[in-house]
Amino acid sequence: MDDVEHAFREAHSQAVATLIRLFGDITLAEDAVQDAFAAAMQRWPEDGVPDNPAGWIVTTARNRALDVVRRSRRGRELTEQIAAERLRAETTPGPEDPQPLQDDQLRLVFTCCHPAIRVEHQVALTLRLIAGLTPAEVASAFLVTEDTMARRLVRAKYKIKSAHIPYRVPDEDELPERLRAVLSVLYLIYNAGADDVRRRHLRAEAIRLTRLLVTLIPHEPEAWGLLALVLLSDARMPARGDGANVVLIKNQDRSLWDRTLISDGQALVLACLRRRRLGPFQLQAAIQALHCAALRYEDTDWAAIVRFYDRLIAIMPTPVVALNRAIAVAETEGPETGLALLDDIAQELDGYHLLHAARGSFLERLGRPREAADAYDRAATLARTDTEISFLNRRSAELTGDTPERQTSGRRQAP
Amino acid sequence: MNQYLLSVYDVEGEAAGAPSTPEELQAFMGRVIALEEEMDRAGAFEFGGALHGPDAATVVRGGTSLDKVTTDGPFVEAKEHIGGFYIINADDLDEALAWAKKVVEAINHDIEVRPFRATGRLQNGHGH
Repeated sequence: MDDVEHAFREAHSQAVATLIRLFGDITLAEDAVQDAFAAAMQRWPEDGVPDNPAGWIVTTARNRALDVVRRSRRGRELTEQIAAERLRAETTPGPEDPQPLQDDQLRLVFTCCHPAIRVEHQVALTLRLIAGLTPAEVASAFLVTEDTMARRLVRAKYKIKSAHIPYRVPDEDELPERLRAVLSVLYLIYNAGADDVRRRHLRAEAIRLTRLLVTLIPHEPEAWGLLALVLLSDARMPARGDGANVVLIKNQDRSLWDRTLISDGQALVLACLRRRRLGPFQLQAAIQALHCAALRYEDTDWAAIVRFYDRLIAIMPTPVVALNRAIAVAETEGPETGLALLDDIAQELDGYHLLHAARGSFLERLGRPREAADAYDRAATLARTDTEISFLNRRSAELTGDTPERQTSGRRQAP
Repeated sequence: MNQYLLSVYDVEGEAAGAPSTPEELQAFMGRVIALEEEMDRAGAFEFGGALHGPDAATVVRGGTSLDKVTTDGPFVEAKEHIGGFYIINADDLDEALAWAKKVVEAINHDIEVRPFRATGRLQNGHGH
């Protein structure tokens, strides 16, 4: 994506956020901003670009929205009243060009990621309203049709409007919990891009949004933790394969890792460690920083990694964290111990392919190829992407001496 | 100001977490009364009530046709029925949810929060 498109998107999403603050109606704001951009396309080539393009867009959109509100009758009376009050309350002295406020976007992030909205709708709203993706782009990010996504967005916006979900940065006592929801959404967006090559652009969106978040809310260590985490993950992406193959961290060509991203991420992790207010994202980032610090796989400081997992599991005792900890423990204490740790979570994660992949790997190291192959086969039936499926099938085939089962692209196996 | 319905669902006539001994009932009533007074002081309390069970319900059908048919209820045969509710005033969902959390704490039971689309009261001569 080029700079112009980014600048356009940024201006677009900022203007939408400001209009939502002024009018309290997402659809009205989106329509008005779209009209303002259409007007800009028409007028700027003739009249020249105004000194303050963002302000011009907001002013034009505001006037447009006021027209719409005035034209509609009765049912809109209340909206008009509210809008008029808010516009009067605006303290911007400049009559023509009110600046869009970055605070507006922060408020809107918390609205989009409100826990009363279901998570997939939170992600869709964030991509549409904060990242400024078009509805078609949001649809492709979810691998659904534009119609389906349009319906989802309408439902999510209806919920915000009808339940009166506020546009407000939460109070101090609520902020940590609400921020966690926002960070989870951004991390979901990042992982959607990391797990599926068709959606790789989402990685850049997630990083951009996280950078925006830390500028808006710089005193929250977990936001910095997420930024470090996504930078360090992204640094290793070039070595993770071309999308057609999975390359395990053990076998990755570390010269392909992005050293600039690593040093940026590591600097952020060090700052987090010094702040000593470590939350889940910061701890995960610290673990990634240790992986990135090893020039060769053999140099990995697994003992330190296990120590961070111990702290992580103390504050986030989820089965997935327990799985990752087991994988690290298998490196310090051997696959037998790792295997025993998997038993504790086997039931909860029975439907999760990476549990079975880890079991396969431990069994393989213990010299039990038959059982290992079975575990890989089970993992393959549960995996979601073609890349993972073919990788797991290959590992199983290598152990049993069969020719790898060829998976045609696009084919999915039901769990 | 917006209004929200906070409803408590009973499952098969039993509200999970409901008091079962006189002492528990007393403590329960104490918590509920204290919360309702707090809501009232804050101007949030509009109405609240506990309902008789679904066996006491009657359904009237017929739409705009002349004949209305009255039958034994409830409207929907289900395991869950509304056992009681509050109608509260709140600026926005976050404020409603803050009250909802206190209600859950007081009654030791999950509740559903729904916004009113429209409300009205005729005797005051205005709707809102």
